[in-house]
Amino acid sequence: MRQNSDRQSILLGKRGEDLACDYLREHGFIIVERNWRCTTGEIDIVARDGSTLVMVEVKTRSSLAAGHPLEAITPAKLARLRLLAGAWCQANEKRYARSRIDGIRIDAIGVVMPLGQPSSVLHIRGVER
Amino acid sequence: MSLGRARAVALVGLTGVPVDVEVDARSGLPGMSLIGMPDRALGEAVERVRSALGNSGCDLPARRLTINLSPAALPKQGSGFDLAIALAVLAALGIVPREGVAATVFVGELALDGRLRPTAGVLPAVLAARDAGVHTVVVPTANSAEAALVTGIRSLGMSSLREVAIHAGARISVKPVEPLLQSEQSFESDHTPELSDLADVIGQSDAIDGLITAAAGGHHLFLLGPPGSGKTMLAKRLPGILPELSTEEAMQVACVRSLSQAVNLTTIDLRPPFEAPHHTATAAALVGGGSVIRPGAVTRASGGVLFLDEAPEFHASVLDCLREPLETGSVTILRATTRATFPARFQLVMAANPCPCGNYGMPRSECSCAPMARRRYLARLSGPLLDRVDIRLTVARATTSRGPMANDAPVTSAQVRDRVIIARGAARERLRQTPWTINADVAGAYLTGSNLRLPRSVTKPIDMGVERGNLSLRGYDRVLRVAWTIADLDGSTSPSLEHVGRALFLRQGVPT
Repeated sequence: MRQNSDRQSILLGKRGEDLACDYLREHGFIIVERNWRCTTGEIDIVARDGSTLVMVEVKTRSSLAAGHPLEAITPAKLARLRLLAGAWCQANEKRYARSRIDGIRIDAIGVVMPLGQPSSVLHIRGVER
Repeated sequence: MSLGRARAVALVGLTGVPVDVEVDARSGLPGMSLIGMPDRALGEAVERVRSALGNSGCDLPARRLTINLSPAALPKQGSGFDLAIALAVLAALGIVPREGVAATVFVGELALDGRLRPTAGVLPAVLAARDAGVHTVVVPTANSAEAALVTGIRSLGMSSLREVAIHAGARISVKPVEPLLQSEQSFESDHTPELSDLADVIGQSDAIDGLITAAAGGHHLFLLGPPGSGKTMLAKRLPGILPELSTEEAMQVACVRSLSQAVNLTTIDLRPPFEAPHHTATAAALVGGGSVIRPGAVTRASGGVLFLDEAPEFHASVLDCLREPLETGSVTILRATTRATFPARFQLVMAANPCPCGNYGMPRSECSCAPMARRRYLARLSGPLLDRVDIRLTVARATTSRGPMANDAPVTSAQVRDRVIIARGAARERLRQTPWTINADVAGAYLTGSNLRLPRSVTKPIDMGVERGNLSLRGYDRVLRVAWTIADLDGSTSPSLEHVGRALFLRQGVPT
């Protein structure tokens, strides 16, 4: 039972990230990498918005009963995202040394996917707290 | 940019300062941040407001809300800002029209279900709102009677955030709720002492005379006597023979009461307050303090009587805290970030046993205390404190009982109060040109230097006392003050030799 619900929430997260990628592409972003992992954690989506490199955290919920998904992004999580952004740049230094990237940004995307109803996506550029 | 504004009142001591609550709703990670020097209870307002709004049919959109309490440099305390914050949020989100709330003061704590809880200090807050020119104030239902005591401002008692929001113009469905009436802890049900009459006191005519003199002149009083002699009984009857408070004084007393306890005021009491802290009281309990500064016993007694029963049992350091309020009539409490000044114009009554066993110096009883214990006991009352006490009385155990022996009818408090009012009137008339209104406040130099100087034939007993070294010069002034009060009570234009002799007796009734 427990495993079942865990699997479902992983599936929900995956579907939310897919939806977020579609959304980003529609808005002119280029997806660079998905689910990049290191010892610190995971970046859901790495994308390019023009000359800016964007690290995107995606949060998905099936309803608003427990609050909006973006409320789950705590200051601690945000701090870890900043570390991860640095780690990604270090790991991909050679690959992106010659590309014209002049800035890094952290975005958040909240996806609400209620059962049997259209999903909604909320994109926040440059989160800070 | 969507900005919402509502008004609230911050209390610094007894003074209310109008506070503007501004809320800015922006895109960003959803959440609320509260700035403007909130204390702990106020910082938690964010959570209460979030839940109360959700439970009142106004879910918060995923936006970032910045709440600012202005003036930002003023430290703010307590939960009374909840309602103003909630309304400013609703205005920022466009759920209620902005003009509808920007000029209204909101006072009240929110329960998580959106109902309004009563808060302390509504009376001074509403007074401050009125003085700031605000026309309308919204308070919790439980505080509406208290808010209505202030004239010149429209006060609305409401029971829930939903009701307030609808009143402000929100289009949400009406849902009547049971108003929260009493806060959980209702302190003393009756603040004032039971209506006790002076006629209940049997015998003790000397002590009663001393009490009347103290009431007429506003003199501080020290009662010394064995257990069971009626010291407490006498002290409790002092407020009953004091004149009623003026409207202004009564309003101040009510403000202190509103601030210091969650009791709901429904009327302004004109009777002087009576405050009797237990002898284990700490300095903070007596003069006020705490991280959220609260008034102490001296402030609650302001305008009335502070009674310290078993005065030597108080900690010496606590008693000495009384010296500043006795001198200045106010207490100022300083904290790193804030300061608060409270009124503390009280009449001090102290009672003590003559020694630990209580029998020393009393006729027909034997003291079982060691001499050293006896000396230490009264020495706990420091000289500087006792020096401010004009009347010191020894109260013996009553030797008469009411019955065939009682010769004259006992005087009632009402009769005595009339005498006291006349005597105080005479003193006020005489002191018209001076900053003082009662004899106890008059500076000694004024009594000995001006045209109030008494002829030598009248001051002879105290002149001799000074020459012999029995009486200090300060004591001389104090005897004079009491003598004037006795003369006022007698209806004389100036003290006679007998009045001075009587004053000297009241001063030296206690061997110290």
